[in-house]
Amino acid sequence: MGTVAAHGLRKSFGKVQALDGVTLDVPNGAFFVVLGPSGAGKTTTLRAIAGLEKLDAGSVRLDGRDATADTPAERDLAMVFQSYALYPRRTAYENIASPLRARRSSSSEIAAAVDRVASLLHIERLLQRRPAQLSGGEMQRVALARALVRSPRAFLMDEPLTNLDLKLRVEMRTELTRIHRSLGATFVYVTNDQVEALSMADQVAVLKEGKVQQVGTPTEVYERPANQWVAGFVGSPPISLLACHAEGDRLVGADGWTLPRPRWTTAEDGRALMLGLRAEDLSVEQRGDASLPGEVYGLEPLGDRTVVDVRVGTEILKVKARPTITGTPGERLQVTVDLDRAHLFDAGTGLSLSQAGR
Amino acid sequence: MAVSVDEAVSAGPVPKHAPPTRRRSGRGRAIVEVALLTVLAVVMLFPVLWMIETSIKENRDVYAVPAKFFDFDVTLDHYRDVFVSSGLSVSFLNSVIVAGASTVLATVLGVPAAWAYSRFTLKAKKDQLFFILSTRFMPPVVVVIPIFLMYRYIGLIDSALGLILIYTAFNVPFTIWMMKGFVDEVPAEYEDAAMLDGYTRLQAFRKFTLPLLVPGIAATAVFALIFSWNEFVFAIFLTSSDEVRTAPPAIAGLIGGTTVDWGLVAASSVVFALPVLIFAYLVRKHLVAGVTLGAVRR
Ligand SMILES: Nc1ncnc2c1ncn2[C@@H]1O[C@H](COP(=O)(O)OP(=O)(O)O)[C@@H](O)[C@H]1O
Ligand SMILES: [Mg+2]
Repeated sequence: MGTVAAHGLRKSFGKVQALDGVTLDVPNGAFFVVLGPSGAGKTTTLRAIAGLEKLDAGSVRLDGRDATADTPAERDLAMVFQSYALYPRRTAYENIASPLRARRSSSSEIAAAVDRVASLLHIERLLQRRPAQLSGGEMQRVALARALVRSPRAFLMDEPLTNLDLKLRVEMRTELTRIHRSLGATFVYVTNDQVEALSMADQVAVLKEGKVQQVGTPTEVYERPANQWVAGFVGSPPISLLACHAEGDRLVGADGWTLPRPRWTTAEDGRALMLGLRAEDLSVEQRGDASLPGEVYGLEPLGDRTVVDVRVGTEILKVKARPTITGTPGERLQVTVDLDRAHLFDAGTGLSLSQAGR
Repeated sequence: MAVSVDEAVSAGPVPKHAPPTRRRSGRGRAIVEVALLTVLAVVMLFPVLWMIETSIKENRDVYAVPAKFFDFDVTLDHYRDVFVSSGLSVSFLNSVIVAGASTVLATVLGVPAAWAYSRFTLKAKKDQLFFILSTRFMPPVVVVIPIFLMYRYIGLIDSALGLILIYTAFNVPFTIWMMKGFVDEVPAEYEDAAMLDGYTRLQAFRKFTLPLLVPGIAATAVFALIFSWNEFVFAIFLTSSDEVRTAPPAIAGLIGGTTVDWGLVAASSVVFALPVLIFAYLVRKHLVAGVTLGAVRR
């Protein structure tokens, strides 16, 4: 068992409101990702769940029982810190053994458990080294091992892969997903990397300035962002946003372009809107009835695809194209829009107006 | 020491000469520096050398006019007197007890307090810390009369316990301030990690943070020890009997009769100075590391 529920968490540091009513419901066995930019309150959320932060308001329930007043030890959680927090004077072995020593396991049990987790994470040959003798990736594995050596109620992980180089990060992503599946345990995983969130999570909570913006599966968050900010934060290249308003059966852009008004939107005429278009829902190669006139602004070849920056009026659209495409800046072209997959937001509140009709 | 060197170098009589000195070639500058430092060292070390010389001179040579620098007869009689006939050995023992006990007490009280001030959010923390520091603003002699009266009232006058308590009272604020710098340097996340491992907050402090503080504690304790060991004003006001007196007032008491046994005074002063020197030498690495660690924020 391992459900984690946080309700209405509030915490301020002086004038900074780090958590402004955070509510999360993590089901048993989930890979639950908290995604947000730096300073969003992700670490504070994890620390509050772990019992390391005294809350101004809110409650934490573990396995359905109120644990708000429990000490960290009583909560039976394991955490991987963003800084790893490996004990500097102790060997990797002793670091990994620490949770078992604290719980008074026998030394034969400890040896067996450390061996098991060391082979799981391929760090057998590092066990006698101290943290100062380990590379970043090795420290990260040891920190993971210290958490995984026990079977706690849930694992809390604070950006464990952020400090690794790209290749190692991609490897560890797969490995962590594999470990999660084989353990069947509850993971609460914090990251500022939306690729990590989308590729690893069962469920994502998007956090900004201490407030949860949206909770959902990676697909939901990507396909149906609750507001303009989530749409902009999730996805790479970032979604392109164009100011416009509805006029009868047309959408009219601030720069004068027009598109057919999508059937699903309920926005009344004249209301200030933002049209959100993802790169893969735009094309410079196909023809369709919904298209925008623009000119090539730049090309960004990425190997498997090329992102074409197209200037429409004063704004830049990012358009996904095949890798072999060519174009010279200034060249005029039409960008075809898949309006069924477009997003509309209220320009004032930023809230999505797309949900209703889909 | 470093400060006084800098002052001695920069506060030359004719400031106009300073820039040419700076611009001189590496070797010329080194010669000037060595010369200045030599002068300074001679001035500062002469009294110490003289004390050591006097402590091993035959009495005849101690009082010789003109003073003998090199060709005196060497004797260790004065040192024998310090421990055998003068009764000073009791004072030294008292000093060891008083300085040792007050240092231990100040460390035991001050280190956890420093940890608490470093780790926890407290109401008016800055004001509290300023108040603690402010107890060190005035010279101790200012409060010696009221303390004397209080001690007489509660019967702590002329007792080792009285001295231990007053020295502890002076060393605790110092220990808190010095140690808070060291604790600030140890990431709180080690304790957080330990608490998630299953330790209590105090266990986390004891098993994970405290071992990392040992160099800082050593440096702080040496300073506290030196303060208690050297303290003179309270010792002379609050104690009167030879059985209780610590070494500083006891040595001072040797001066003042009709004849002064300068050999004995010098020998007891050397004996008095040695432990602090040896101790400071043993922990010198920690002292330097400690002072810079505590002062420089990363
Ligand atoms: N101990 C602290 N003291 C003061 N401010 C803090 C402290 N911890 C976090 N904050 C502030 O709270 C906000 C959220 O921080 P954090 O939870 O660390 O964000 P994240 O992990 O998402 O980057 C930030 O503005 C940060 O500066
Ligand atoms: Mg963080």
